[in-house]
Amino acid sequence: MKVLVEGRAQGTVLKSEMPINFLGAVDKKTGVITDRNHDLYGKSVKGVILVFPSGAGSSVGAYTIYALKSGGAAPAGMICRKADLTVATGCAVAGIPLHILDPDKFASIKTGQQLLLGAD
Amino acid sequence: MHLEESEEAALAGEHGEIMQMAYRILVATGEASDAERLIPIRWAHLSGVNYNTIGGAGEEFLRSISSRGAKVRIRTTLNPMGFDADSVERYGLGDEFVSGQASIAGSYEAMGVAQSFSCIPYEIFETPRDEQVAFAESNAAIYANSFAGARTNKESAFSALASAITGKSPYSDLRREEEEGGASNVTVRMSAKEPDELTYGMLGYFAGREAGSASSVDISGVSASAMDRRQCKAMCGGMGTSGTCAKFRFVKEEEGDGDACGGGSGGRPETVEFDDDAARKVRDELDTAENGDVIALGSPQLGLWEMSDLLERLRGRSFKKRCMVFCPRAVKEQARKLDYVRGLERAGCEVLADCCTCLSPLLGSDKVDAVTTNSIKGAFYMNNASGVGVDLKPLAKILEDETE
Repeated sequence: MKVLVEGRAQGTVLKSEMPINFLGAVDKKTGVITDRNHDLYGKSVKGVILVFPSGAGSSVGAYTIYALKSGGAAPAGMICRKADLTVATGCAVAGIPLHILDPDKFASIKTGQQLLLGAD
Repeated sequence: MHLEESEEAALAGEHGEIMQMAYRILVATGEASDAERLIPIRWAHLSGVNYNTIGGAGEEFLRSISSRGAKVRIRTTLNPMGFDADSVERYGLGDEFVSGQASIAGSYEAMGVAQSFSCIPYEIFETPRDEQVAFAESNAAIYANSFAGARTNKESAFSALASAITGKSPYSDLRREEEEGGASNVTVRMSAKEPDELTYGMLGYFAGREAGSASSVDISGVSASAMDRRQCKAMCGGMGTSGTCAKFRFVKEEEGDGDACGGGSGGRPETVEFDDDAARKVRDELDTAENGDVIALGSPQLGLWEMSDLLERLRGRSFKKRCMVFCPRAVKEQARKLDYVRGLERAGCEVLADCCTCLSPLLGSDKVDAVTTNSIKGAFYMNNASGVGVDLKPLAKILEDETE
């Protein structure tokens, strides 16, 4: 496990098996996933522990993450299998805890479970 | 990641809060890309310019850092904004958008960023080979790494901004891999028939997704010499939209690589076929309208050759509906001097500088229901972020169907 952005976060897991292009796929005001081909289509990332393989697509997604935080619609924390610069820097500027997990650990997390990030 | 003494001091806030933020971003970037140290870079290209994409929160962020004295240290260029200032009043955009956009442009100008408003920096500036740069625009990063011989991460808007402010970037796996030959464990074999720029856009989109979290993907069955500039750009645009990977390499087909499916581990690369069927699937996903209310050309923006080629192909014919042509201001000025702009306008085109198809409010759902385009990148963002339908077809077909 690697902690890319430190901090404590608690919430219900919302997990996706697909990468997320934050610019094209997430509404920055509401946190709702708008990409109709995405497995989280119609769901909101607000307040959850968002678990997904990695970011994808636009570099501007980092601003989307920052805007979600500014507008109160950001995930409480994020967990990825692979670090990418858009998610890492978006979380760093927004102050959203971000962890990178090994594939086995990542696979064991399920939507709906409660998670606490940043606890020892 | 190891930091030198002065870098540690900056991270601790001794050089002010802007530098501290920039170094925090670089540390997150370095940790995410397995870098051991920072290296100097020569050129940063920023994204996060269009008010439609970064919104009020982004506008305030930029205003805040520029008013606190943020300055760029190296040559820094930037992405398109939301409109062409020369014609914005014709499009009925709200005051909020126009003033928000002006504020963003003003903040970048105050920081010392060149007002290039282009997603094709590789076409309007000389891009030196083997140079370490930091390009945030996804198509430009892939183009720089794959065609221009420069080296960049697929930067985020914030990592490129931090690089512009510090003049440094983490010496990432990708910057190193480039030195070591750039191994990839996924090969996409191109076997789609009679490819045009739409096919190459779809190939890029497909390959970007197949590459998964790898930073590079190999392409076999085609070589750069078989592709024109429009096709190269379309491929980079498609790949940047779907993927995380920052570059591709053209490789020769090796014996037996067709039956290696399910590989990807044990050193044997996985080969995935991009055939007519795979192309059709991508098209089905993004081609969502029968007909567009307007035609949009440019995502990535058109360069000078594409403008002249478009005019050449039109020769005497005119568009039956509005056709918006997006290009950098530097290209529009040249095209004006060469009389291309007048020719294109005569054929019914609106030539727009400083903006692009993707997420321009000029093509918002309050303005149009559907757009005809040959851009896979444009199609993805219009479908998913703008809520606009897309009639996807290659330029040759657009000219056949939509001109008289």
